[in-house]
Amino acid sequence: MSEITPDLVRHLAGLARILVTDEEVTQLAQELGVIVDSVATISKAVEGDVPATSHPIAMANVMRDDVVEPSLTQEQALSGAPDSDQGRFRVAAILDEE
Amino acid sequence: MSSAKAELMKYEEALEKFEVVIGLEVHIELNTKTKMFCGCANVFGDEPNTNVCPICIGLPGSLPAVNRRAIESSISIGLALGCQIAPNGRFSRKNYFYPDLAKNFQTSQYDEPIAFEGEISVEVPSGKFFTVAIERAHMEEDAGKLTHIGGNTGRIQGAEYSLVDYNRAGVPLVEIVTKPIYGGGAEAPELAAAYVRLIREMVKGLGVSDARMERGNVRCDANVSIRPHGQEKLGTRTETKNVNSLRSIERAVRYEIQRQAAILAKGGTITQETRHWHEDRGATSSGRPKSDADDYRYFPEPDLVPVQPSAEWVEELRAKLPEQPAARRKRLQLDWGFSDLEFRDVVNAGLMDPIEETVAAGAKPQAARKWWTGEIARIANAEDKEVSELSISASDVVELANLVESGKINDRMAREVLTGVLAGEGRPGQIVTDRGLEMVSDDGALLAAIDAALAKQPDVLEKIREGKLQAAGAVIGAVMQAMKGTADAARVRELIIQRAAE
Repeated sequence: MSEITPDLVRHLAGLARILVTDEEVTQLAQELGVIVDSVATISKAVEGDVPATSHPIAMANVMRDDVVEPSLTQEQALSGAPDSDQGRFRVAAILDEE
Repeated sequence: MSSAKAELMKYEEALEKFEVVIGLEVHIELNTKTKMFCGCANVFGDEPNTNVCPICIGLPGSLPAVNRRAIESSISIGLALGCQIAPNGRFSRKNYFYPDLAKNFQTSQYDEPIAFEGEISVEVPSGKFFTVAIERAHMEEDAGKLTHIGGNTGRIQGAEYSLVDYNRAGVPLVEIVTKPIYGGGAEAPELAAAYVRLIREMVKGLGVSDARMERGNVRCDANVSIRPHGQEKLGTRTETKNVNSLRSIERAVRYEIQRQAAILAKGGTITQETRHWHEDRGATSSGRPKSDADDYRYFPEPDLVPVQPSAEWVEELRAKLPEQPAARRKRLQLDWGFSDLEFRDVVNAGLMDPIEETVAAGAKPQAARKWWTGEIARIANAEDKEVSELSISASDVVELANLVESGKINDRMAREVLTGVLAGEGRPGQIVTDRGLEMVSDDGALLAAIDAALAKQPDVLEKIREGKLQAAGAVIGAVMQAMKGTADAARVRELIIQRAAE
């Protein structure tokens, strides 16, 4: 059955930067398990030569020409930012990574 | 993140004990007019956050659209690498949280890269050729630029906060990934640098990138692992990032070989991780542990439809491919008449482009070679810079060479003029005037100096009359000294011999 362990849920929550309680971990492990199992069931039905789709409509090669279009102004770009400085978005220093 | 000095094994010893395997990931920033998925301008050095829009700063509801030119450039790169072009390619989201991308994911390609399975032949400085197999070339977007504020190093450790400029976010990149490269041996570091040099020449020749390493148009991550000779299993690799000059690539690979060898020889294990290259201290330091591909939770980008380049389109681009770097090298060597050794030195010093420009601007090939591989390269080396970072142009070198050729200045003066050009004093001709460097060819002034010198060495004329022409040397030396090097030595010699004949 499901391979979704509480540890895996905690790992995923960490990657997604979401704080979860132990209670939520137990609940999410169960829920994610159901989802994974359901997908596995569907996969059985389409086993073989059915190509994977990532888009509901069968279309390809939607492209735009390499032509410059107006950008936002710096003021507009920064208008929704919680904090800014010197024309840049200001964010908390992220330690442990570079 | 220890910055303690790592123990290194002597390079020769490391190679005796271990086999070196490298793998290279090169990011090419394309020079399209606009970004990969939006119409914002792709320009270096603009005011921060002025080339941004809802798409590249990830505002809700915005939808990306692929830049046709970027796809063409990527296909051209794939073809030049001898790759197959995928008839059906897709974009994927690579999910990670870091403020250099506002969307919380990077649009990239995962299981369906646009180009795969190629190979190129790379010549190393010794003249040996290696075949480097290309695993794939895929398209992705660049990230924004972070500036860390606070602390005292400008680096992230100790920073209080960071400032983000998204002008670069969404700029198209092509990442070229090699298969593991075996057999480089002692030349593995040179091979890594030669490979990146060749890729750089290639994309420049294709016209798809400005290929300026100092601007980050070409960036290299170097994977290095070592294993005892005869062992089949590959060693644990490290991925060194931030190696942004050809010289640093060579140094970083060499350093990692020596560092890993010292650890393994002591019975230790190599940690799989990214490492950072520090040009200033010539060392790598530990970065974050390498994430599993799984942790990026790649999934097909639902906002973009597949890219399916038709066979006709691919063939059209193939027909437009310019001369390949290897062919270009052959042609230039022949045109310039350089010996194999001369030409190899030019290539390995990365001076083919400036010499080509200088010759095109009117210099003789040997004169162009002499200045670029000689004094200019020497100065770059002394200042720990790439030649391209020096402020001297091809037309400066042409002017300099002409001044020497016409006898206006000698080599010593030319070197002084060069120093002036690099210091921003102006064009060579101007500097000759400003610094009063012109050679004195006025016979009156020269004769006065010669007579003064002869007065101190009265027996010289007699010796010359006896056929001992070398006696003139002492007088020439005295004249040059008296005229502070501005005399034309050949003319001085002629005049002394004339005096002896009088």
